[in-house]
Amino acid sequence: MASRGMGLAIGLLARMTEKPSAKPHWTFAAFRQGVVATLPLMPGLFAFGMAFGTVAARKGFSLFDAMAMSGIVFAGVAQLIVVEAWPQELTAATIFAAAAVTFILCSRFLLIGASMRPFLSKLPPAQVYPFLHLLVEPPWLLTIRYQREGGDDPGFIFGSAATCWVVWVVSTAPGFWLGAAADPQRFGLDMVMPAFFTAMMVSLWQGPRRAVGWVVAGVVAIATDQLFGGFWYVVTGALAGSIVGGLSDE
Amino acid sequence: MSERDPFGWIAIIAAMTVAVYLTRAGGYWLIGRFTIGARLRRMLDALPGAIIAATVAPLLLHGGLSALVTVCVAGVTMVALRNDFAAVLLGIGAAALVRAAGF
Repeated sequence: MASRGMGLAIGLLARMTEKPSAKPHWTFAAFRQGVVATLPLMPGLFAFGMAFGTVAARKGFSLFDAMAMSGIVFAGVAQLIVVEAWPQELTAATIFAAAAVTFILCSRFLLIGASMRPFLSKLPPAQVYPFLHLLVEPPWLLTIRYQREGGDDPGFIFGSAATCWVVWVVSTAPGFWLGAAADPQRFGLDMVMPAFFTAMMVSLWQGPRRAVGWVVAGVVAIATDQLFGGFWYVVTGALAGSIVGGLSDE
Repeated sequence: MSERDPFGWIAIIAAMTVAVYLTRAGGYWLIGRFTIGARLRRMLDALPGAIIAATVAPLLLHGGLSALVTVCVAGVTMVALRNDFAAVLLGIGAAALVRAAGF
């Protein structure tokens, strides 16, 4: 319900920037649909947020600092890694390093954002650019499927992203209090995203000819990972896969 | 962070936020500089599946038996039931079982 409250706030802000007579660019009906579509992922997101809260507590963050970081930065893996390696002395170099690590860890969003261009460019830039900060994987993938099923209302992606944001920020608190009492691995909760990705792959399946790009993507990603390590493998694999996939479709 | 340094905290949060925003908005902005013709459009259509494949493939290599079982169970469940909630639930349930069995 909190997510709906926040959505209403976003919506009202967005509406205020429009001419009152203009046809709305998105609807709350689609927003609600986006919230509902995201519910299956809530347990996994919650466990992930708790894991961050636990790490932040161990590193001496206050609860406020931890929740504020989740709310402002809103980048799961990058937050975990930077907080885990929180510098003892803050210099320009360590601050730059934190930004560089974050950029590399999040580089896949360059491609995710690009793939959302056709869907979101219906909206005025004044709505799209503030929203893009909340564009994470679940709303992106759910929206890709929503589009394939004929949906074209951006309210859907707003609802899904707002749900993720609320769950991510709220779940930081119990993780902070409970510490390492619960072991998410034991319940397979670290596998929520891989399981969800696999399910979405089945949804996106459009026959073996279209899957050529997926195979190329997987092979290039594995090769990049083996040869160079690091976190670039998603970008190299996905770029190779989309180029081959796009060309082989002609 | 044992000795509170609010300036440092704000500086790192700000630097990370800028970096995250550059990735989330940068690709969207950049692709908008191009005219999206038929070929680029097909590449964008192929992009989501390619991103997923590039994320999951190395995981299968490193994640051991529990990752392999998760992906197989989630995939089969999705094909059979067309329900992502069931696929996620059974996928992580299978991972938990594999781990409980000591793998």
